[in-house]
Amino acid sequence: MRSARIIGPAALAAGLMLGHAAIAASAEKGKIAFVQQGCWQCHGFQGQGASTGAKLAPDPIALEAFTAFVRTTDRGMPPYSEAVLSNEDLADIHAYLQSIPKPPDPKSLPLLNQ
Amino acid sequence: MKIRPAPRRPAQDGVNRRKFLASVAVAGTASTVPLAARAETRAASPASAPRPPSALPPSMRVAAAETGTPKDLSRIGGVAGSDFMVDVIKSLDIKYLPANPASSFRGLHESLINYGGNTMPEFLTCAHEESAVAMGHGYFKAAGKPLMTLCHGTVGMQHASMAVYNAWCDRVPVIVVGGNDLDAAHRPPGVPTIHSAQDINALVRDYTKWDDTPFSLQHFAQSFVRAYKIATTPPYGPVAISLDAGLQQEPIVGNGEKLYIPRYVPTSPPQGDSGAVKEAARLLANAQNPVIVVDRAARSENGMRLIVQLAEVLQAGVVDQGGRMNFPSTHYLRRPPTAVGNADVILGMELTDYWGTVNTHVDNGEHGIGTNGPKVKPDTKLISISSVDLNTKANYQDFQRFQVIDVQMAADAEATLPALIEAVKTAIPNERKAAIEKRGEAARKAFAEGSERLRQNAALAWDASPISTARMAMEIWAEIKDLDWSLVSSSGIGNTWPNQLWRMEKYHHWLGLSGGYGVGYGAPAAVGAALANRDLGRFSVNIQADGDLMYAPGVLWTAARHNIPLLTVMHNNRGYHQEVMHLQKLSNFRNRVANLGKDLGPIGTSIQNPDIEYHKLAESMGWWAKGPIKDPAELRPAMKQAVAVVKSGQPALLNVWTQPR
Repeated sequence: MRSARIIGPAALAAGLMLGHAAIAASAEKGKIAFVQQGCWQCHGFQGQGASTGAKLAPDPIALEAFTAFVRTTDRGMPPYSEAVLSNEDLADIHAYLQSIPKPPDPKSLPLLNQ
Repeated sequence: MKIRPAPRRPAQDGVNRRKFLASVAVAGTASTVPLAARAETRAASPASAPRPPSALPPSMRVAAAETGTPKDLSRIGGVAGSDFMVDVIKSLDIKYLPANPASSFRGLHESLINYGGNTMPEFLTCAHEESAVAMGHGYFKAAGKPLMTLCHGTVGMQHASMAVYNAWCDRVPVIVVGGNDLDAAHRPPGVPTIHSAQDINALVRDYTKWDDTPFSLQHFAQSFVRAYKIATTPPYGPVAISLDAGLQQEPIVGNGEKLYIPRYVPTSPPQGDSGAVKEAARLLANAQNPVIVVDRAARSENGMRLIVQLAEVLQAGVVDQGGRMNFPSTHYLRRPPTAVGNADVILGMELTDYWGTVNTHVDNGEHGIGTNGPKVKPDTKLISISSVDLNTKANYQDFQRFQVIDVQMAADAEATLPALIEAVKTAIPNERKAAIEKRGEAARKAFAEGSERLRQNAALAWDASPISTARMAMEIWAEIKDLDWSLVSSSGIGNTWPNQLWRMEKYHHWLGLSGGYGVGYGAPAAVGAALANRDLGRFSVNIQADGDLMYAPGVLWTAARHNIPLLTVMHNNRGYHQEVMHLQKLSNFRNRVANLGKDLGPIGTSIQNPDIEYHKLAESMGWWAKGPIKDPAELRPAMKQAVAVVKSGQPALLNVWTQPR
């Protein structure tokens, strides 16, 4: 079974400083994986959430907590084992969610202030 | 049950066109002077005598034969039975009759459009019986009055049956009349016999309130009025009548009895037992945190007012489950479903699922079926007022899981509310009034905070493509908010933004969903409701799920043909999205990667490749339409155009590509 070390930005910097090889998660790959793995179905294509799934972005929870939840949840969302969703893909998905910008302030949207 | 067939009566007068013409000829000959005789007359008379005319005036018999309706040419030999049926139908103020034509009710159909003048009711041509029944379903929720439909008793009823089930689950009256031909010895062979059955109502008996098979015209009159009465007594529901072709087509034969039409008098709805009302009031009045949960509680604008009144007397939070428009979305006492978690007393009124209101079922694959758990505290007292308790049937499981209730009233909620409100006012102790007022203050604060969070969530993915459902909802709202609008149908569980963000304050603002969750309800119900709204001067909006439309899209043609104005905005997420999620879930539970094929969703759940061009589909059936709209910036101009078209009296459709939910 393939395994990969996935580390966040701070750890990445630390890793470089230490001279260790580091694998950066890819938001671009994550966007593809987000669709292929079906995350969009309940959470929306931008992770905005809906009645069917919680808001994931912007500002997703930390990768460790995110991974733990995805692997072990026993609530309405089905768990994803490593056999179905690799650690690498999961990290990429997390990177994608991190890349999603903050929404506009609703006060600035006339349609939301009718 | 063996049905005894109504005996076919032989024709009283044989029809023989050849004999008629021959008799006219004989009469004509006997009444005219032969040419030879005229010649002899001229020969015998002197030249000064006036010349007899070459053709003499006809005799009385010849004149009657040539100008009156020849008796022999009225093949049925009298007034058709279905003419009387039309008289019965007209006594009940039924405005429209959506139906797909069929030979088994050709007798009644002919009487309706000719004898009846195609008015009250007006025949609306439908492409599918399911559409016809669902139109009646939607119509009632907008107009408060039922429609009737006609269908082939076998294949037509089979088509209609899902819509009948939806109406049953949603407690809506529709009068379904199925044509049949019971007399096996005299009905035409071939197709009419394949389309006949002993008991056509058996197909829908498990989900209709009542059904009958009239054997005589007087029986029909009683049946039809009774059916209307039962359908429109709470709990409302569909009814079915099997109508024999012979009864329709044979002439009215007097048996010394004059046909009459029974007068319709509405039945009063059942009210809650006075003792139970008093006990419920005591519990509510003394509760620290009472919560009212409503589903189909309000049957009218008055029902809404009564619910608001009760809530304000108690300063109790109200959870509106949306089976009807029960409680204004702008009222500070409106609460989300989670409010039951802190309640010490819950009053549920006309709930579809009391068990599901106070318990959770988590579809997490545990042991293959999921896990259950309570949502409420163990000592929470439960009160129920529901008319459905009077009419629970066994086979179809729409009654949901069994829930123990502390005070249970088998009664109509709206009819019981006046007594309950007075009882609550009497039961509130003086020392509780200050606490109740404080509850109200806390509710106002919670409502304001909740509204702010809602707008924050609505702003997420605001400019995304596919378009967010929040963005789509608010673009619609911008164009309709100053009109007398009605959201006649909605993709519902997939899109609750209108219910949360629009100012829903009148009964006709929201008409609920299908009841039975039979997909395919949305489009025809929207057309039926829009028909009612047209006559009431209201603007109808439909948020249309793509999969729902494809079950019987022919209803779009019906809307165009009958000039039914309706704004339809597609919630086009390119899939049967519930099933998309189900298949993903099961794949994960079984530790397998979902096979997507070439689509976005698991094989068998997507509606893609090719992408259906709903705007072209609608245009082909006479609608104004535009699409596909994938960029939210394109929504506003398209919406303005569409609204203008609908205001002019025609239907319009926008094919909008949306986020999944």
